Amino acid sequence: MTDQPVLRITNLHKNFDGVPVLRGIDLDVHQHRVVALIGASGSGKSTLLKSINLLERIDDGQIFLKGEDISDPRVNVDKTRARIGVVFQQFNLFPHLTVLDNVTLASRKVHGVPRDQAEETAVEWLERIGMRDKLRTYPDRLSGGQQQRVAIVRAITSNPELLLLDEITSALDPQLVGEVLDLVSELKTGGSTILMATHEMTFARKVADTVVFLKDGVLIEQGPPEQIFDHPQHPETRDYLSRY
Amino acid sequence: MLISAASTIALAAVLWLTVINTHGWAEVQRSFFDPKIAWASLPTLLLGLWLNVQVLFFAVIGVAIFATLIAVVRTLRGAVFFPLRFLAAAYTDLFRGIPVIIVLYLIGFGIPGLGLFPRLPPEFWGTIALILTYSAYVSEVLRAGMEAVHPSQRLAARSLGLSHAQTLRMIVLPQGVRKVGPALMNDFVSMQKDVGLVSVLGAVDVVRSAGIIESTYANFTPYVVAGLLFVLISWPFIRVADWLSARAQRREQIGGTV
Ligand SMILES: Nc1ncnc2c1ncn2[C@@H]1O[C@H](COP(=O)(O)OP(=O)(O)OP(=O)(O)O)[C@@H](O)[C@H]1O
Ligand SMILES: [Mg+2]
Repeated sequence: MTDQPVLRITNLHKNFDGVPVLRGIDLDVHQHRVVALIGASGSGKSTLLKSINLLERIDDGQIFLKGEDISDPRVNVDKTRARIGVVFQQFNLFPHLTVLDNVTLASRKVHGVPRDQAEETAVEWLERIGMRDKLRTYPDRLSGGQQQRVAIVRAITSNPELLLLDEITSALDPQLVGEVLDLVSELKTGGSTILMATHEMTFARKVADTVVFLKDGVLIEQGPPEQIFDHPQHPETRDYLSRY
Repeated sequence: MLISAASTIALAAVLWLTVINTHGWAEVQRSFFDPKIAWASLPTLLLGLWLNVQVLFFAVIGVAIFATLIAVVRTLRGAVFFPLRFLAAAYTDLFRGIPVIIVLYLIGFGIPGLGLFPRLPPEFWGTIALILTYSAYVSEVLRAGMEAVHPSQRLAARSLGLSHAQTLRMIVLPQGVRKVGPALMNDFVSMQKDVGLVSVLGAVDVVRSAGIIESTYANFTPYVVAGLLFVLISWPFIRVADWLSARAQRREQIGGTV
Protein backbone atom coordinates (compact mmCIF):
# COMPACT_ATOMS: atom_id res chain seq x y z
CA MET A 1 0.00 0.00 0.00
CA THR A 2 1.06 3.53 -0.71
CA ASP A 3 0.81 6.24 1.88
CA GLN A 4 -2.24 7.70 0.18
CA PRO A 5 -4.73 8.90 2.80
CA VAL A 6 -8.20 7.39 2.84
CA LEU A 7 -9.61 10.88 3.12
CA ARG A 8 -8.00 14.10 2.03
CA ILE A 9 -9.74 17.42 2.34
CA THR A 10 -8.25 20.54 0.82
CA ASN A 11 -9.38 24.12 1.32
CA LEU A 12 -12.99 23.15 2.05
CA HIS A 13 -15.44 26.05 2.22
CA LYS A 14 -19.11 25.88 3.06
CA ASN A 15 -21.64 28.69 3.53
CA PHE A 16 -25.20 28.55 4.69
CA ASP A 17 -27.13 31.41 3.06
CA GLY A 18 -23.93 33.40 2.68
CA VAL A 19 -22.77 32.77 6.25
CA PRO A 20 -19.45 30.92 6.24
CA VAL A 21 -19.58 27.77 8.35
CA LEU A 22 -16.45 26.02 7.12
CA ARG A 23 -13.57 28.27 6.12
CA GLY A 24 -10.77 26.49 4.34
CA ILE A 25 -10.41 23.14 6.05
CA ASP A 26 -7.38 20.97 5.21
CA LEU A 27 -7.40 17.51 6.72
CA ASP A 28 -6.01 14.03 6.05
CA VAL A 29 -7.25 10.78 7.53
CA HIS A 30 -4.96 7.81 7.00
CA GLN A 31 -5.89 4.17 6.85
CA HIS A 32 -6.61 2.42 10.18
CA ARG A 33 -6.47 5.74 11.98
CA VAL A 34 -9.01 7.32 14.29
CA VAL A 35 -9.32 11.06 14.05
CA ALA A 36 -11.37 12.95 16.64
CA LEU A 37 -12.99 16.27 15.79
CA ILE A 38 -13.53 18.50 18.77
CA GLY A 39 -14.89 22.00 19.04
CA ALA A 40 -17.71 24.04 20.48
CA SER A 41 -21.30 23.65 19.41
CA GLY A 42 -21.75 25.36 16.07
CA SER A 43 -18.08 25.12 15.12
CA GLY A 44 -18.98 23.12 12.01
CA LYS A 45 -18.24 19.50 12.96
CA SER A 46 -21.51 18.08 11.67
CA THR A 47 -21.35 20.20 8.56
CA LEU A 48 -17.88 18.86 7.82
CA LEU A 49 -18.99 15.24 8.25
CA LYS A 50 -22.08 15.78 6.11
CA SER A 51 -20.00 17.42 3.40
CA ILE A 52 -17.73 14.40 3.27
CA ASN A 53 -20.76 12.16 2.83
CA LEU A 54 -22.08 14.50 0.13
CA LEU A 55 -25.14 15.28 2.21
CA GLU A 56 -24.15 18.94 2.00
CA ARG A 57 -23.02 20.67 -1.16
CA ILE A 58 -19.70 22.43 -0.65
CA ASP A 59 -18.83 25.87 -1.99
CA ASP A 60 -15.11 25.48 -2.56
CA GLY A 61 -12.27 23.03 -2.11
CA GLN A 62 -11.92 19.34 -2.78
CA ILE A 63 -12.57 16.06 -1.01
CA PHE A 64 -10.69 12.94 -2.04
CA LEU A 65 -11.67 9.42 -1.07
CA LYS A 66 -8.76 7.08 -1.73
CA GLY A 67 -7.47 9.56 -4.27
CA GLU A 68 -10.75 10.02 -6.11
CA ASP A 69 -12.19 13.52 -6.12
CA ILE A 70 -15.67 12.94 -4.72
CA SER A 71 -16.45 16.66 -4.66
CA ASP A 72 -16.52 16.59 -8.45
CA PRO A 73 -20.16 17.18 -9.42
CA ARG A 74 -19.97 14.35 -11.97
CA VAL A 75 -19.29 11.75 -9.30
CA ASN A 76 -21.99 9.15 -8.58
CA VAL A 77 -23.35 10.35 -5.27
CA ASP A 78 -25.09 7.12 -4.22
CA LYS A 79 -22.07 4.95 -5.02
CA THR A 80 -19.80 7.28 -3.10
CA ARG A 81 -22.06 7.32 -0.04
CA ALA A 82 -22.15 3.56 -0.12
CA ARG A 83 -18.37 3.58 0.41
CA ILE A 84 -18.69 5.66 3.57
CA GLY A 85 -20.44 4.58 6.77
CA VAL A 86 -22.18 7.20 8.87
CA VAL A 87 -23.75 7.24 12.31
CA PHE A 88 -25.54 10.35 13.52
CA GLN A 89 -26.37 11.56 16.98
CA GLN A 90 -29.83 9.92 16.95
CA PHE A 91 -32.77 8.76 14.81
CA ASN A 92 -30.45 6.56 12.78
CA LEU A 93 -32.58 3.44 12.68
CA PHE A 94 -35.69 2.94 10.58
CA PRO A 95 -38.58 2.44 13.02
CA HIS A 96 -40.64 0.32 10.60
CA LEU A 97 -37.90 -2.27 10.10
CA THR A 98 -36.59 -4.92 12.47
CA VAL A 99 -33.04 -4.76 13.77
CA LEU A 100 -32.02 -7.39 11.24
CA ASP A 101 -33.64 -5.56 8.31
CA ASN A 102 -32.13 -2.28 9.43
CA VAL A 103 -28.68 -3.82 9.39
CA THR A 104 -29.05 -5.67 6.08
CA LEU A 105 -31.00 -3.08 4.07
CA ALA A 106 -28.01 -1.33 2.52
CA SER A 107 -26.10 -4.55 1.87
CA ARG A 108 -29.07 -5.99 0.03
CA LYS A 109 -30.38 -2.96 -1.80
CA VAL A 110 -27.22 -0.98 -2.43
CA HIS A 111 -24.44 -3.55 -2.53
CA GLY A 112 -26.50 -6.33 -4.04
CA VAL A 113 -25.55 -8.92 -1.42
CA PRO A 114 -28.01 -11.87 -1.41
CA ARG A 115 -30.33 -11.84 1.59
CA ASP A 116 -29.07 -14.98 3.33
CA GLN A 117 -25.48 -13.85 3.04
CA ALA A 118 -26.30 -10.34 4.26
CA GLU A 119 -28.20 -11.80 7.20
CA GLU A 120 -25.36 -14.12 8.08
CA THR A 121 -22.95 -11.21 8.34
CA ALA A 122 -25.48 -9.18 10.27
CA VAL A 123 -26.15 -11.97 12.74
CA GLU A 124 -22.41 -12.40 13.33
CA TRP A 125 -22.08 -8.74 14.16
CA LEU A 126 -25.15 -8.59 16.31
CA GLU A 127 -23.86 -11.59 18.19
CA ARG A 128 -20.61 -9.78 18.82
CA ILE A 129 -22.43 -6.87 20.40
CA GLY A 130 -24.60 -9.24 22.42
CA MET A 131 -27.81 -8.56 20.56
CA ARG A 132 -28.42 -11.90 18.94
CA ASP A 133 -31.79 -12.14 20.67
CA LYS A 134 -32.95 -8.80 19.23
CA LEU A 135 -32.90 -9.70 15.54
CA ARG A 136 -36.66 -9.43 15.11
CA THR A 137 -37.10 -6.55 17.51
CA TYR A 138 -38.17 -3.10 16.33
CA PRO A 139 -35.96 -0.13 17.24
CA ASP A 140 -38.48 1.48 19.61
CA ARG A 141 -38.05 -1.51 21.91
CA LEU A 142 -34.30 -0.93 22.25
CA SER A 143 -32.44 1.28 24.69
CA GLY A 144 -30.66 4.30 23.24
CA GLY A 145 -27.33 2.55 23.65
CA GLN A 146 -28.56 -0.55 21.86
CA GLN A 147 -29.97 1.60 19.06
CA GLN A 148 -26.65 3.35 18.56
CA ARG A 149 -24.75 0.06 18.55
CA VAL A 150 -27.10 -1.35 15.94
CA ALA A 151 -26.61 1.85 13.92
CA ILE A 152 -22.85 1.39 14.09
CA VAL A 153 -23.13 -2.23 13.04
CA ARG A 154 -25.39 -1.18 10.18
CA ALA A 155 -22.81 1.36 9.05
CA ILE A 156 -19.93 -1.11 8.99
CA THR A 157 -21.40 -4.39 7.72
CA SER A 158 -20.81 -3.32 4.15
CA ASN A 159 -17.12 -2.68 4.92
CA PRO A 160 -16.99 1.07 4.29
CA GLU A 161 -13.64 2.58 3.49
CA LEU A 162 -14.30 5.33 6.00
CA LEU A 163 -16.58 5.56 9.02
CA LEU A 164 -17.99 8.93 10.10
CA LEU A 165 -19.41 9.22 13.61
CA ASP A 166 -21.21 12.40 14.62
CA GLU A 167 -21.47 12.71 18.40
CA ILE A 168 -22.98 9.28 18.61
CA THR A 169 -23.17 9.31 22.39
CA SER A 170 -24.36 12.83 23.10
CA ALA A 171 -28.07 11.93 23.12
CA LEU A 172 -27.53 8.99 25.48
CA ASP A 173 -27.99 8.62 29.20
CA PRO A 174 -24.54 8.63 30.82
CA GLN A 175 -24.74 4.96 31.84
CA LEU A 176 -25.24 3.92 28.20
CA VAL A 177 -22.28 5.84 26.79
CA GLY A 178 -19.72 3.21 27.77
CA GLU A 179 -21.13 0.33 25.77
CA VAL A 180 -21.22 2.43 22.61
CA LEU A 181 -17.69 3.74 23.04
CA ASP A 182 -16.44 0.22 23.71
CA LEU A 183 -17.75 -0.81 20.33
CA VAL A 184 -15.89 2.07 18.68
CA SER A 185 -12.65 1.00 20.41
CA GLU A 186 -13.25 -2.49 19.11
CA LEU A 187 -13.64 -1.15 15.57
CA LYS A 188 -10.36 0.69 15.91
CA THR A 189 -8.69 -2.56 16.94
CA GLY A 190 -10.31 -4.20 13.93
CA GLY A 191 -8.60 -1.66 11.68
CA SER A 192 -11.44 0.67 10.74
CA THR A 193 -10.65 4.17 9.55
CA ILE A 194 -12.73 6.56 11.59
CA LEU A 195 -13.42 10.29 11.65
CA MET A 196 -15.58 11.18 14.64
CA ALA A 197 -16.99 14.36 16.10
CA THR A 198 -17.13 14.03 19.86
CA HIS A 199 -17.49 15.79 23.16
CA GLU A 200 -16.06 12.79 25.04
CA MET A 201 -12.56 14.12 25.72
CA THR A 202 -11.44 11.16 27.80
CA PHE A 203 -12.47 8.82 25.04
CA ALA A 204 -10.81 10.95 22.35
CA ARG A 205 -7.59 10.92 24.33
CA LYS A 206 -7.76 7.15 24.69
CA VAL A 207 -8.60 6.01 21.16
CA ALA A 208 -7.81 8.85 18.77
CA ASP A 209 -4.54 8.87 16.88
CA THR A 210 -5.11 12.48 15.96
CA VAL A 211 -7.26 15.13 17.58
CA VAL A 212 -8.48 18.04 15.49
CA PHE A 213 -9.74 21.25 17.06
CA LEU A 214 -12.26 23.26 15.09
CA LYS A 215 -13.42 26.76 15.91
CA ASP A 216 -15.90 28.79 13.89
CA GLY A 217 -15.26 26.70 10.82
CA VAL A 218 -11.47 27.00 11.01
CA LEU A 219 -9.13 24.13 11.81
CA ILE A 220 -7.13 25.72 14.61
CA GLU A 221 -4.83 22.89 15.60
CA GLN A 222 -4.32 19.18 15.12
CA GLY A 223 -1.96 16.62 16.58
CA PRO A 224 -1.68 13.53 18.73
CA PRO A 225 -3.96 13.58 21.79
CA GLU A 226 -1.10 14.14 24.23
CA GLN A 227 -0.11 17.26 22.38
CA ILE A 228 -3.62 18.67 22.03
CA PHE A 229 -4.80 17.88 25.53
CA ASP A 230 -1.56 18.36 27.50
CA HIS A 231 0.40 20.88 25.48
CA PRO A 232 -1.96 22.75 23.19
CA GLN A 233 0.04 25.09 21.00
CA HIS A 234 -2.71 27.51 20.28
CA PRO A 235 -4.34 29.81 22.84
CA GLU A 236 -7.80 29.11 21.36
CA THR A 237 -7.36 25.38 21.93
CA ARG A 238 -6.15 25.99 25.48
CA ASP A 239 -9.10 28.24 26.13
CA TYR A 240 -11.61 25.69 24.82
CA LEU A 241 -10.11 22.74 26.70
CA SER A 242 -9.89 24.66 29.95
CA ARG A 243 -13.67 24.34 30.10
CA TYR A 244 -13.48 20.55 30.28
CA MET B 1 -71.65 -4.13 32.63
CA LEU B 2 -75.01 -5.33 33.85
CA ILE B 3 -76.24 -1.80 34.32
CA SER B 4 -75.18 -0.72 30.85
CA ALA B 5 -76.87 -3.77 29.29
CA ALA B 6 -80.05 -3.14 31.21
CA SER B 7 -80.17 0.54 30.34
CA THR B 8 -79.51 -0.26 26.67
CA ILE B 9 -82.41 -2.70 26.60
CA ALA B 10 -84.68 -0.25 28.37
CA LEU B 11 -83.85 2.51 25.90
CA ALA B 12 -84.39 0.19 22.94
CA ALA B 13 -87.74 -0.88 24.36
CA VAL B 14 -88.87 2.73 24.81
CA LEU B 15 -87.86 3.60 21.25
CA TRP B 16 -89.53 0.47 19.90
CA LEU B 17 -92.79 1.14 21.68
CA THR B 18 -92.78 4.75 20.55
CA VAL B 19 -92.28 3.76 16.94
CA ILE B 20 -94.83 0.94 16.80
CA ASN B 21 -97.45 3.09 18.46
CA THR B 22 -97.14 5.81 15.86
CA HIS B 23 -100.05 6.51 13.66
CA GLY B 24 -98.54 5.24 10.39
CA TRP B 25 -96.50 2.33 11.72
CA ALA B 26 -98.59 -0.42 10.16
CA GLU B 27 -98.23 1.17 6.76
CA VAL B 28 -94.49 1.75 7.13
CA GLN B 29 -93.97 -1.78 8.37
CA ARG B 30 -95.75 -3.15 5.36
CA SER B 31 -93.79 -1.18 2.77
CA PHE B 32 -90.33 -1.17 4.40
CA PHE B 33 -90.07 -4.31 6.49
CA ASP B 34 -91.85 -7.06 4.61
CA PRO B 35 -89.99 -10.27 5.45
CA LYS B 36 -91.33 -12.18 2.44
CA ILE B 37 -90.15 -9.57 -0.02
CA ALA B 38 -86.85 -9.27 1.85
CA TRP B 39 -86.24 -12.99 1.46
CA ALA B 40 -87.34 -13.09 -2.14
CA SER B 41 -85.17 -10.18 -3.17
CA LEU B 42 -82.03 -11.42 -1.42
CA PRO B 43 -80.53 -13.46 -4.32
CA THR B 44 -80.89 -10.59 -6.79
CA LEU B 45 -79.52 -8.12 -4.27
CA LEU B 46 -76.51 -10.33 -3.52
CA LEU B 47 -75.81 -10.56 -7.21
CA GLY B 48 -75.94 -6.78 -7.39
CA LEU B 49 -73.71 -6.50 -4.34
CA TRP B 50 -71.14 -8.65 -6.09
CA LEU B 51 -70.82 -5.90 -8.71
CA ASN B 52 -70.26 -3.35 -5.95
CA VAL B 53 -67.56 -5.51 -4.43
CA GLN B 54 -65.84 -5.76 -7.80
CA VAL B 55 -66.04 -2.01 -8.31
CA LEU B 56 -64.63 -1.51 -4.82
CA PHE B 57 -61.79 -3.92 -5.47
CA PHE B 58 -60.61 -2.18 -8.63
CA ALA B 59 -61.24 1.27 -7.21
CA VAL B 60 -59.06 0.51 -4.18
CA ILE B 61 -56.22 -0.68 -6.39
CA GLY B 62 -56.64 2.32 -8.66
CA VAL B 63 -56.68 4.75 -5.75
CA ALA B 64 -53.64 3.14 -4.14
CA ILE B 65 -51.61 3.61 -7.30
CA PHE B 66 -52.89 6.97 -8.46
CA ALA B 67 -52.99 8.61 -5.04
CA THR B 68 -49.42 7.50 -4.29
CA LEU B 69 -48.28 8.92 -7.60
CA ILE B 70 -49.96 12.26 -6.94
CA ALA B 71 -48.61 12.39 -3.38
CA VAL B 72 -45.08 11.68 -4.56
CA VAL B 73 -45.31 14.29 -7.31
CA ARG B 74 -46.46 16.86 -4.78
CA THR B 75 -43.46 16.21 -2.54
CA LEU B 76 -40.90 16.55 -5.36
CA ARG B 77 -38.71 19.59 -4.86
CA GLY B 78 -36.87 21.57 -7.47
CA ALA B 79 -37.96 24.02 -10.13
CA VAL B 80 -37.90 21.40 -12.89
CA PHE B 81 -40.88 19.68 -11.35
CA PHE B 82 -42.97 22.82 -11.01
CA PRO B 83 -45.39 22.02 -13.88
CA LEU B 84 -45.99 18.52 -12.52
CA ARG B 85 -46.43 19.79 -8.98
CA PHE B 86 -48.83 22.42 -10.23
CA LEU B 87 -50.93 19.91 -12.16
CA ALA B 88 -51.08 17.57 -9.19
CA ALA B 89 -52.11 20.38 -6.86
CA ALA B 90 -54.76 21.60 -9.30
CA TYR B 91 -56.12 18.08 -9.60
CA THR B 92 -56.45 17.55 -5.85
CA ASP B 93 -58.06 20.94 -5.32
CA LEU B 94 -60.53 20.37 -8.14
CA PHE B 95 -61.62 16.87 -7.24
CA ARG B 96 -61.87 17.52 -3.54
CA GLY B 97 -64.30 20.30 -4.37
CA ILE B 98 -66.69 18.50 -6.71
CA PRO B 99 -69.40 16.24 -5.27
CA VAL B 100 -68.87 12.59 -6.24
CA ILE B 101 -72.22 12.40 -7.96
CA ILE B 102 -71.29 15.19 -10.37
CA VAL B 103 -67.96 13.54 -11.16
CA LEU B 104 -69.91 10.36 -11.84
CA TYR B 105 -72.26 12.10 -14.26
CA LEU B 106 -69.47 13.98 -16.02
CA ILE B 107 -67.25 10.92 -16.43
CA GLY B 108 -69.98 8.34 -16.88
CA PHE B 109 -72.00 10.21 -19.47
CA GLY B 110 -69.44 12.69 -20.80
CA ILE B 111 -66.48 10.53 -21.72
CA PRO B 112 -68.45 7.79 -23.53
CA GLY B 113 -70.17 10.61 -25.39
CA LEU B 114 -66.84 11.64 -26.90
CA GLY B 115 -66.83 8.39 -28.83
CA LEU B 116 -63.10 7.96 -28.21
CA PHE B 117 -63.44 4.59 -26.53
CA PRO B 118 -65.24 1.39 -27.45
CA ARG B 119 -68.47 0.82 -25.55
CA LEU B 120 -67.64 0.08 -21.94
CA PRO B 121 -70.09 -0.83 -19.18
CA PRO B 122 -71.26 1.95 -16.86
CA GLU B 123 -69.56 0.29 -13.89
CA PHE B 124 -66.23 0.87 -15.65
CA TRP B 125 -66.77 4.63 -15.82
CA GLY B 126 -68.18 4.56 -12.31
CA THR B 127 -64.96 2.98 -11.08
CA ILE B 128 -62.88 5.61 -12.89
CA ALA B 129 -64.95 8.39 -11.34
CA LEU B 130 -64.52 6.94 -7.86
CA ILE B 131 -60.78 6.56 -8.39
CA LEU B 132 -60.51 10.19 -9.50
CA THR B 133 -62.51 11.50 -6.57
CA TYR B 134 -60.94 9.37 -3.86
CA SER B 135 -57.38 9.71 -5.11
CA ALA B 136 -57.66 13.43 -4.49
CA TYR B 137 -58.44 12.84 -0.81
CA VAL B 138 -56.13 9.91 -0.30
CA SER B 139 -53.16 11.62 -1.95
CA GLU B 140 -53.51 14.49 0.50
CA VAL B 141 -53.60 12.07 3.41
CA LEU B 142 -50.54 10.26 2.08
CA ARG B 143 -48.69 13.49 1.54
CA ALA B 144 -49.36 14.55 5.10
CA GLY B 145 -48.03 11.18 6.24
CA MET B 146 -44.87 11.46 4.15
CA GLU B 147 -44.21 14.96 5.38
CA ALA B 148 -44.56 13.78 8.97
CA VAL B 149 -41.65 11.36 8.51
CA HIS B 150 -38.69 12.85 10.33
CA PRO B 151 -36.16 14.38 7.89
CA SER B 152 -33.36 12.47 9.59
CA GLN B 153 -34.87 9.28 8.19
CA ARG B 154 -34.18 10.47 4.66
CA LEU B 155 -30.73 11.54 5.69
CA ALA B 156 -30.01 8.15 7.25
CA ALA B 157 -31.29 6.38 4.14
CA ARG B 158 -29.32 8.52 1.71
CA SER B 159 -26.17 8.20 3.82
CA LEU B 160 -26.40 4.43 3.37
CA GLY B 161 -26.28 4.94 -0.38
CA LEU B 162 -29.98 4.35 -1.08
CA SER B 163 -31.12 6.36 -4.10
CA HIS B 164 -33.87 8.96 -3.94
CA ALA B 165 -36.39 6.50 -5.33
CA GLN B 166 -35.34 3.71 -2.97
CA THR B 167 -35.54 6.07 -0.01
CA LEU B 168 -39.04 7.06 -1.03
CA ARG B 169 -40.21 3.51 -1.58
CA MET B 170 -38.54 1.73 1.32
CA ILE B 171 -38.34 4.40 3.99
CA VAL B 172 -40.60 7.41 3.50
CA LEU B 173 -43.72 5.79 2.04
CA PRO B 174 -44.02 2.86 4.47
CA GLN B 175 -43.51 5.14 7.46
CA GLY B 176 -45.85 7.76 6.04
CA VAL B 177 -48.61 5.22 5.42
CA ARG B 178 -48.29 3.95 8.98
CA LYS B 179 -48.70 7.44 10.35
CA VAL B 180 -51.98 7.96 8.50
CA GLY B 181 -53.36 4.42 8.73
CA PRO B 182 -56.57 5.44 10.56
CA ALA B 183 -57.34 8.24 8.09
CA LEU B 184 -56.79 5.90 5.15
CA MET B 185 -59.08 3.33 6.73
CA ASN B 186 -61.80 5.94 7.10
CA ASP B 187 -61.51 6.92 3.45
CA PHE B 188 -61.78 3.26 2.56
CA VAL B 189 -64.95 2.87 4.59
CA SER B 190 -66.57 5.85 2.96
CA MET B 191 -65.60 4.62 -0.47
CA GLN B 192 -67.24 1.33 0.39
CA LYS B 193 -70.52 3.19 0.67
CA ASP B 194 -69.98 5.34 -2.38
CA VAL B 195 -69.61 2.34 -4.67
CA GLY B 196 -73.43 2.25 -4.46
CA LEU B 197 -73.43 5.46 -6.51
CA VAL B 198 -72.42 3.65 -9.70
CA SER B 199 -76.13 2.83 -9.93
CA VAL B 200 -76.83 6.38 -11.12
CA LEU B 201 -75.01 5.51 -14.34
CA GLY B 202 -77.28 2.55 -14.88
CA ALA B 203 -74.98 -0.18 -13.57
CA VAL B 204 -77.10 -2.95 -12.13
CA ASP B 205 -75.54 -3.05 -8.70
CA VAL B 206 -77.24 -3.69 -5.38
CA VAL B 207 -78.85 -0.25 -5.23
CA ARG B 208 -80.25 -0.42 -8.73
CA SER B 209 -81.39 -4.02 -8.22
CA ALA B 210 -83.25 -2.84 -5.14
CA GLY B 211 -84.83 -0.11 -7.24
CA ILE B 212 -86.00 -2.59 -9.84
CA ILE B 213 -87.58 -4.82 -7.24
CA GLU B 214 -89.08 -1.81 -5.50
CA SER B 215 -90.88 -0.75 -8.65
CA THR B 216 -92.26 -4.24 -9.30
CA TYR B 217 -93.67 -4.78 -5.82
CA ALA B 218 -94.22 -1.13 -4.97
CA ASN B 219 -92.38 -1.91 -1.76
CA PHE B 220 -89.25 -0.37 -0.22
CA THR B 221 -88.05 -3.43 1.68
CA PRO B 222 -85.26 -4.20 -0.85
CA TYR B 223 -83.64 -0.83 -0.05
CA VAL B 224 -83.62 -1.71 3.63
CA VAL B 225 -82.03 -5.05 2.84
CA ALA B 226 -79.47 -3.39 0.56
CA GLY B 227 -78.65 -0.94 3.35
CA LEU B 228 -78.16 -3.76 5.80
CA LEU B 229 -75.88 -5.52 3.34
CA PHE B 230 -73.73 -2.39 3.11
CA VAL B 231 -73.54 -2.18 6.88
CA LEU B 232 -72.64 -5.83 7.07
CA ILE B 233 -69.68 -5.58 4.72
CA SER B 234 -68.37 -2.31 6.06
CA TRP B 235 -68.73 -3.17 9.73
CA PRO B 236 -65.47 -5.15 10.06
CA PHE B 237 -63.56 -2.33 8.39
CA ILE B 238 -65.17 0.27 10.61
CA ARG B 239 -64.02 -1.74 13.63
CA VAL B 240 -60.51 -2.00 12.20
CA ALA B 241 -60.46 1.76 11.55
CA ASP B 242 -61.47 2.46 15.15
CA TRP B 243 -58.94 0.02 16.46
CA LEU B 244 -56.20 1.62 14.37
CA SER B 245 -57.02 5.11 15.62
CA ALA B 246 -57.15 3.91 19.20
CA ARG B 247 -53.79 2.25 18.81
CA ALA B 248 -52.31 5.30 17.10
CA GLN B 249 -53.54 7.45 19.97
CA ARG B 250 -52.02 5.12 22.56
CA ARG B 251 -48.69 5.20 20.73
CA GLU B 252 -48.83 8.95 20.60
CA GLN B 253 -49.31 9.03 24.36
CA ILE B 254 -46.39 6.78 25.18
CA GLY B 255 -44.31 8.66 22.61
CA GLY B 256 -43.59 5.73 20.31
CA THR B 257 -41.43 6.49 17.32
CA VAL B 258 -43.55 4.91 14.60
N1 LIG C 1 -29.10 23.52 7.25
C1 LIG C 1 -28.54 24.61 7.79
N2 LIG C 1 -28.94 25.84 7.41
C2 LIG C 1 -28.38 26.95 7.93
N3 LIG C 1 -27.41 26.95 8.86
C3 LIG C 1 -26.97 25.74 9.28
C4 LIG C 1 -27.51 24.53 8.79
N4 LIG C 1 -26.88 23.50 9.38
C5 LIG C 1 -25.99 24.06 10.23
N5 LIG C 1 -26.02 25.40 10.18
C6 LIG C 1 -25.17 26.32 10.92
O1 LIG C 1 -23.84 25.97 10.69
C7 LIG C 1 -23.05 26.11 11.85
C8 LIG C 1 -22.32 24.82 12.13
O2 LIG C 1 -23.26 23.81 12.48
P1 LIG C 1 -22.81 22.33 12.79
O3 LIG C 1 -24.06 21.57 12.99
O4 LIG C 1 -21.87 21.87 11.76
O5 LIG C 1 -22.04 22.50 14.17
P2 LIG C 1 -21.49 21.39 15.14
O6 LIG C 1 -20.06 21.70 15.34
O7 LIG C 1 -21.82 20.06 14.63
O8 LIG C 1 -22.28 21.68 16.47
P3 LIG C 1 -22.83 20.68 17.58
O9 LIG C 1 -21.67 20.39 18.48
O10 LIG C 1 -23.88 21.49 18.28
O11 LIG C 1 -23.37 19.50 16.88
C9 LIG C 1 -24.01 26.53 12.95
O12 LIG C 1 -23.88 27.90 13.14
C10 LIG C 1 -25.36 26.19 12.41
O13 LIG C 1 -26.32 27.08 12.91
MG1 LIG D 1 -23.13 18.48 15.31
